[in-house]
Amino acid sequence: MANNNAPTSGFYANPVVKWIEYRLPVFSTLDHMVGSKYPTPKNLNYWWNFGSLAGLCLVVQILTGIVLVMHYTPHTSLAFDSVEHIMRDVNYGWLLRYMHANGASMFFIVVYIHIFRGLYFGSYKSPRELLWFLGVIILLLMMATGFMGYVLPWGQMSFWGATVITNLFSALPVVGDPIVHWLWGGFAVDNPTLNRFFSLHYLLPFVLVGVIILHVLALHQFGSNNPQGIDVKGPQDTIPFHPYYTIKDAVGVGFFLLFFSFFIFYAPNFLGHPDNYIPANPLVTPAHIVPEWYFLPFYAILRSVPDIWFIEAKLGGVLAMFGAIAILFLLPWLDTSKVRSARFRPIYKQLTWVFLITCIGLGYSGGMPAEGLPLIIGKICTVYYFLHFLVVMPLVGWFEKPTKLPASISEPVLKAQAAE
Amino acid sequence: MAGTAPHSQAGNAAPTRRDFIVITASAFGAVGAAAALWPFVHQMNPSADVLALSSTELDLSHIATGQSVTVLWRGKPVFVRHRTAEEIAQAKKDDTAALPDPAKDETRVKKPEWLVMMGVCTHLGCVPLGQKGDFGGWFCPCHGSHYDTSGRIRKGPAPLNLPIPEYTFLSDTRIRIG
Repeated sequence: MANNNAPTSGFYANPVVKWIEYRLPVFSTLDHMVGSKYPTPKNLNYWWNFGSLAGLCLVVQILTGIVLVMHYTPHTSLAFDSVEHIMRDVNYGWLLRYMHANGASMFFIVVYIHIFRGLYFGSYKSPRELLWFLGVIILLLMMATGFMGYVLPWGQMSFWGATVITNLFSALPVVGDPIVHWLWGGFAVDNPTLNRFFSLHYLLPFVLVGVIILHVLALHQFGSNNPQGIDVKGPQDTIPFHPYYTIKDAVGVGFFLLFFSFFIFYAPNFLGHPDNYIPANPLVTPAHIVPEWYFLPFYAILRSVPDIWFIEAKLGGVLAMFGAIAILFLLPWLDTSKVRSARFRPIYKQLTWVFLITCIGLGYSGGMPAEGLPLIIGKICTVYYFLHFLVVMPLVGWFEKPTKLPASISEPVLKAQAAE
Repeated sequence: MAGTAPHSQAGNAAPTRRDFIVITASAFGAVGAAAALWPFVHQMNPSADVLALSSTELDLSHIATGQSVTVLWRGKPVFVRHRTAEEIAQAKKDDTAALPDPAKDETRVKKPEWLVMMGVCTHLGCVPLGQKGDFGGWFCPCHGSHYDTSGRIRKGPAPLNLPIPEYTFLSDTRIRIG
């Protein structure tokens, strides 16, 4: 059946558009997804730019990745040299590789801000729990993809990062060693490992695309949350996504590309590690192994857990590290407050910043050698990270008295206008 | 719809031949699907050529007392250390110390002067540095595990002693690892 609601004027009056739309409603579908037929709360601020920026990052990663593969060789004896070949010989190879390497960092910066936006404005609360779940799954897929991509240049950090992270699974009782040998395809990280990581590094971004489509689908079920955290009461509270938020997103894209370009052109190796320009050597471990910056908080949690009761430090660290992400799945129920936005939650509002500082503290600790003050900071922050979710959030939700919520999204705006 | 529809007769009646066929056929289908999945899982395990390259021989006559040699075996480093008399004495003395992974020094060597063990930290697989750390043995720079002169874990996050690979003395000065 043709869509009876499809408009017939303007763009849709074009005969070619009409012909296609009649057979495949692609234009009206897009219009409903990210166009003029998607009603969006009219009070979204710039924190709401980061979802579309994350989408842009994925597109950049896929495009640059596809062309890098045209010059890269996934073999232990050739991988490092082929990356140097990209850097020195391939036309614009340096640019494409720096875009891809820094693009990964940009993707994580944007997504971490996107997540923190969700934490602050309560975007994970009913009825958006599955939207949040899909987001956590996206984060996990991004981490797996980023980790495997970092292995491909086959430098020292690639090799030893892969060794340390795959060895995490050896902490599991009984099945640990067989799983690690299965992951490696041998008795150490070697060519079979490099080959499968390459295969999966190429696959997972497309899995990400699929999960992101579900994420957007879940978003459209109830529409975007907003800085007030209150529901849309009617059409007077919304504006069409296009042109209002496409324009607002475009402004964000402009600033984002400036930020991105600064790293590509002026500090392309700032976020990387110099040891990864040394070819992988299975006989020598670098003096100080660090993961990419976006894994540092989790790496700090891994190293901060001592022997607890009958759980030895190694297993405890692994459980805590994975638990740090798994706990996000429980967030919609750990937060007992009915009020979404931290704007109306005087205590929780302060605590979100404490939580952010905790994450930064973990990142600092993860980047330093595991001794002395950084280790103590790591331990304190690890404890608070879990306390924040497991104790602070449920309690604050019960005891905090939220300030008065506005009657509608429009109300504060109209009041401010009246005051002028 | 399901709530308003009348109960199907099959739901209440005794199992029929058709139910039996449906259940058994589905079960066989599931077994078949699982069997078809196995090659996709097992292809990731070590292949025949990886398994075949599993032994390394080493001439010990060039290794002086107090010297260590690192050889690659199955893609991993193996430490072969010609221990000094003090190291052996210290290792034996520590047999009675508080050990996270208790083992006597004599069970970790075939000949006391030759310590042959994997150079892979049991925490997360880094290569420890020789003759460093608080116990005069090995120290892993990654996460700070200390091993003694017998390669036993003494301090730090690693749970186990450095493992001893399978090896045999072919003669007094030659060993085969693996």
